[in-house]
Amino acid sequence: MTGKSEVGDEQRASAARRRLLVNGAGLSVTAAGFALVYGVAARQAGFSFLETMAMSTLVLAGGSQFAAVGFVTQGVPWIAIVGFTALLNARHLLYSAALAPFFQDRPRIERAAMAHALTDETFALSIAEARDLGRGDRRGYWLAAAMVCVPWIGVTALGSLGGQFVPDPRALALDVVFPAAMAGLAAGFISGRRELVAAIGGALIAVAAGLMLDPSIGIVAGGLGGPALAMLVPTTVRATPTDPMSVPQSGP
Amino acid sequence: MSTDLVWLALLMAAVTYPSRALPLLAPGIERLPAPVLAYLRLIGPGCLAALAAVNAVIVKDATGRPAIHLGIEIVAVLLCVAVVIWRRDRLLLGLVAGIGLVIVVRAAGLG
Repeated sequence: MTGKSEVGDEQRASAARRRLLVNGAGLSVTAAGFALVYGVAARQAGFSFLETMAMSTLVLAGGSQFAAVGFVTQGVPWIAIVGFTALLNARHLLYSAALAPFFQDRPRIERAAMAHALTDETFALSIAEARDLGRGDRRGYWLAAAMVCVPWIGVTALGSLGGQFVPDPRALALDVVFPAAMAGLAAGFISGRRELVAAIGGALIAVAAGLMLDPSIGIVAGGLGGPALAMLVPTTVRATPTDPMSVPQSGP
Repeated sequence: MSTDLVWLALLMAAVTYPSRALPLLAPGIERLPAPVLAYLRLIGPGCLAALAAVNAVIVKDATGRPAIHLGIEIVAVLLCVAVVIWRRDRLLLGLVAGIGLVIVVRAAGLG
């Protein structure tokens, strides 16, 4: 790579990170809002400050943390809570598999650390940035992770220590930000028929399986089934040579 | 200060981390066959759409069973998607439009 193209690549990366910052702003606010609610709920359920913070820093997965609060309150055995957590968080396997080809050049220790910060939102922001750039961007990944994890952990502490003045997230429509952001980021991926079928198929399969079984199973089923359905469709876009995940594409 | 549930947090983290880490740490994932890489490339839109759909239209009823809920939330999600398609990569604009709609509708007692 020449010096000139390196400069151009770094400019593109900077622009992609700026887009990531703007796109992630809403997700940061949402993470903070729900962390506040989580912190208060955990304290009301009898979790100590240390226990509440251990959940947010070690588990770092909102859905399973809220579920754990409910389960502990109802006296559900730990083995069941841990089993449910494994099932609920199995979707991260898909995120990790999708991101892995973009970060194979990073040291193993860094990839191990990246894995801990891999949340729904980190995945959404970083995979969108990787799509923009056609390559992985470690600074972009850590930026995405920080935009979600820092408010989540920090505001959990605020909620746990003194969250009696917590506003209702519904009143601020914070409950809509997460699904809207996920859908908006998914829409940004649509560059051909395959991506369109993966998204629509994933959504339909997720809702069907979620209604029949459980919403967490629906997410995994949609995440696996939508792309499988899309693989049956001929592609309409050509791969870019810099995309590490690109493959030769057939015409329409 | 009680610390019993720190052990529960550790156990929950222990079953969560492998699903986050295994593919990222697997050697040679970029050398997978082309169809597998093509499939992985489609997981982004598939997973994100699945997350959006489940969070927008499925709620738990009084007995804890999943039930469908077609309310203002799905309209807001579709509005956000429309804005993103109309003004490419303007997610924040889409979010503001969707949230604004929900706040107005709920304030009017309709949502």
